[in-house]
Amino acid sequence: MLKVRDLHVYYGGIHALKGISLDVPEGEIATLIGANGAGKTTTLRAITGLVKARRGSIELEGRDITHWPAHEVVRNGVAMAPEGRKIFRNLTVMENLLMGAYPRKDTAGIKKDLDWVTSLFPRLKERFSQKGGTLSGGEQQMLAVGRALMSKPRLLCLDEPSLGLAPVLMAEVYRGLAKIHNEGCTILLIEQNARAALKLANYGYVMETGVIVLEGKGSDLLENEDVRKAYLGE
Amino acid sequence: MSLETFIQQLANGVSLGSLYALIAIGYTMVYGILRLINFAHSDIFMVGAYFAFFLITVFHLPWLLSAVLAIALTACVGMAIDRIAYRPVRNAPRISALITAVGVSFFLENLGLVTVGARPKPFERPELMARVVRIGPAAISGVSIWVPILSVGLVAILLYVVYRTRLGMAMRSVATDIDTTRLMGVNVDTVISYTFAIGSALAAAGGIMWACKYPQINPLMGIYPGWKAFTAAVIGGIGNITGAMIGGFLIGLIEIMAVAVFPALSGYRDGIIFGLLLVFLLVRPTGILGETLKEKV
Repeated sequence: MLKVRDLHVYYGGIHALKGISLDVPEGEIATLIGANGAGKTTTLRAITGLVKARRGSIELEGRDITHWPAHEVVRNGVAMAPEGRKIFRNLTVMENLLMGAYPRKDTAGIKKDLDWVTSLFPRLKERFSQKGGTLSGGEQQMLAVGRALMSKPRLLCLDEPSLGLAPVLMAEVYRGLAKIHNEGCTILLIEQNARAALKLANYGYVMETGVIVLEGKGSDLLENEDVRKAYLGE
Repeated sequence: MSLETFIQQLANGVSLGSLYALIAIGYTMVYGILRLINFAHSDIFMVGAYFAFFLITVFHLPWLLSAVLAIALTACVGMAIDRIAYRPVRNAPRISALITAVGVSFFLENLGLVTVGARPKPFERPELMARVVRIGPAAISGVSIWVPILSVGLVAILLYVVYRTRLGMAMRSVATDIDTTRLMGVNVDTVISYTFAIGSALAAAGGIMWACKYPQINPLMGIYPGWKAFTAAVIGGIGNITGAMIGGFLIGLIEIMAVAVFPALSGYRDGIIFGLLLVFLLVRPTGILGETLKEKV
């Protein structure tokens, strides 16, 4: 589904990604773990076209999307719930969700997906006409995921969906993700919470300062000595 | 002051205020989305009046058709300015865009001076605008009645677009967060382009009505109304459409009433407004409706 090869990204003079290669096969959940500043968010931003790649290639379902603008990438089946949730705080919950469906013209389908998303996250239904900025952190996270789903993505990218969430809410978001995945959506997940991510994912990549240092099946990485020491706090 | 003069001055202030409001909305919308003070906006106002003038005098089109065409043409000019001058500096530091805006403003003013000349031209207004209407004891010119009505109508259409349509939703999203709006599959450049079109169309409508109210046009006619409308946008809370409207009416009324009540101050009518701007910038820089931005962590 997604194939990244030798991706290099610079921020001004800083070499943020130094040759990242990764694959997300269709129907799977892949995760990218690593410390702050390792380049996880930059990788997602490059895939979605928000930052430009200096070198390397990004391929989506066989098409080269390396130099596409973000809105074209999104219109071709990729959705992202960005780091820090980035809710439109002046828009209502419903408008936030409708923004997620912006490129779509099928009114009936949009309505159906509104029902689907609110069945995944029933809390959003209760807050439907409230401004996005008035929601709690956990509700905003659900809204960010729900908004991303409204575009009917084939690949869903999530940047730290559990950041700052109470364990109960985090479990709720993760249950939502598992449900989405069961309905056929491919997922690329970035997490600080390596344990939760590796449990959910089929395949994991470990990043350090702009390079991938380790990769393997989620379950294998959970067993890996170095990963346990560095990211699972054991 | 007699009741008669009071009613006359009130109508005068309201119609002037509604014109400031129309122009102020253009400043505030562009600022809300790009954090850019579009200094060329006051000159777009002038361009709108000239388009109408030439369509009427050179092409001999009916007045109303000329006005509508002039508004549409000016909207295109606004989009072209964004495309040619502002889009290339979109990712540059904000000061670059600001200086570009000043440059575009000078360019339009001087282009006007070179092409149509500095000599003011008489602007023909429709009979409806010229007809005098009696309200109670006061005789009020049609302009003072129709300008506020048309302005409020245009603002109503604008509010509908901003709060009830898909484009408006995208505009409000862009104002909150450009990158995240891109992630929604929105072509942000298109949305910005439409914003310039709408703002310029309102400025053109303002320019044409201004020319009906003060029926002489010249290439520098936009400067003072522009500055005052900008003041209105700041006082209302820049970035806030309702604030721009409130600011516009307030400035118009204060300008007219201050001079009506204290005729000795008539030489200071511009000074009063700009003094007010200074006071607001010192005391309440976010304006009447402006909110200090608080991020939820």
